[in-house]
Amino acid sequence: MNPVQEIVYPILWLLLFPGLVFAGVMGLVITWVDRKVTARVQYRVGPPWYQPFADVVKLLGKETIVPAGASRLAFFGAPLVAISAAALISAMTWVAFIWPQRGFSGDIFVLLYLLVLPSLALVLGGAAARNPLAAVGASREMKLILAYELPFVLALASVIVKAGNAIRLGDIFAAQETWPFLGSISGVLALVVLFLVTQAKLGLVPFDQAEAETEIMGGALIEYSGAALAAFKLAKAMLYFTLPVFVTFLLMGGVQTRFDGVLYVDTLKIIWRIVAVLLLVVGIVVVRNTNPRVRIETAVRFFWGPVSFLAVAAAALAAIGKTYGIWWL
Amino acid sequence: MSLTLKALAKSPWVFHLSTGSCNNCDIEVLDVLTPRFDVERFGVLLTGSIRHADCLLVCGAMNRKCVPRVKRIWEQAPKPCLVVAIGSCALGQGIFRGSYAMGGPVDKYLPVSAYVPGCPPKPEAIIAGVVEALGTLKGK
Repeated sequence: MNPVQEIVYPILWLLLFPGLVFAGVMGLVITWVDRKVTARVQYRVGPPWYQPFADVVKLLGKETIVPAGASRLAFFGAPLVAISAAALISAMTWVAFIWPQRGFSGDIFVLLYLLVLPSLALVLGGAAARNPLAAVGASREMKLILAYELPFVLALASVIVKAGNAIRLGDIFAAQETWPFLGSISGVLALVVLFLVTQAKLGLVPFDQAEAETEIMGGALIEYSGAALAAFKLAKAMLYFTLPVFVTFLLMGGVQTRFDGVLYVDTLKIIWRIVAVLLLVVGIVVVRNTNPRVRIETAVRFFWGPVSFLAVAAAALAAIGKTYGIWWL
Repeated sequence: MSLTLKALAKSPWVFHLSTGSCNNCDIEVLDVLTPRFDVERFGVLLTGSIRHADCLLVCGAMNRKCVPRVKRIWEQAPKPCLVVAIGSCALGQGIFRGSYAMGGPVDKYLPVSAYVPGCPPKPEAIIAGVVEALGTLKGK
């Protein structure tokens, strides 16, 4: 392989196309969709399409204040970790989607760890801010991570089992070429689990205890201003786009674009995936607008109880279906 | 007017600061944020933390106990930050003028960009006040 393909392309992927810039722009657009749908649910008109972009540009021009006694390294490192992890997640998901052969064995586990990083960065930033409300937010975020990781891993396990113990994203996508996992009972259960985990990972309303704007005034983000706050908002926006995309690809598979002189793209499959991502996002927005914030112990009990049960059921059904060759399980 | 200031004019996040008011102006400020007026059309959001704020909506008669706290809130706000004084009390102490407990009108302590008179002012007047405060960004 020549050095251009080895070094320059991955950097471009990370920074430009599926990574930072692409995920950032798409994430801000999805954030606008979220705010617009929220407004329509509340019989309002809602913000114009450029609103999230204006917010981020404005925050970049504001003063960034470090609270007295805060650790500078952790305070500024946290938003950096969040945004780079979000860019990496997006890049890895899309590269596995577009070039299924390019991934490496076990990249789904790497993604699993990377997906924790933005939440951990919030914990780190909140703990570094030296503010009691931020500490409350950080501790809640940590409890929430402990709560949703178990069903998340179990749901991923069901997907891995269904793909014939494939631990490479490209193989998991390729295993669904004839029939998507979503067209089976365990796939639907996994979708329900992943939907709720996405809600919690994004910190949206039933599970927004860590940021609770009306209760602890932004929680972990309370001391953040200016560019650091913009980085956190952007990381969250990127995940708002990437997580639904990740869930969609995981349960519906890739589109198997082939390039041998002529580019072969299954347009219908692409349209279905766009529809699925939009449906997921709108579902997330509707859930966030029709539910109250639950207490943190309620959220933990919810994830360790019913959601984990669903995830175990999904994994068990997937294993049974795989062993006995029953495609609809 | 730089790009970031233009963006600020399109997304002013407001912080509601009561300096000992009778609650009437506070209720009118909350009215502004209801779906009926839908100020999110102009990018206005209510923030809980002063670190996220771009515009302080100050109402109330500013009693002596509040003065150091208001100064501290202003120091904690990331600049550029606008101040809108809302209601007769914030503008000129209203019926509390001359009382021993008063610290003085808001513009004695903060750089006020727009004044909204009224007891209490209508929500439309408060929106107009915020628009006027944003207008002072022009030429900066």
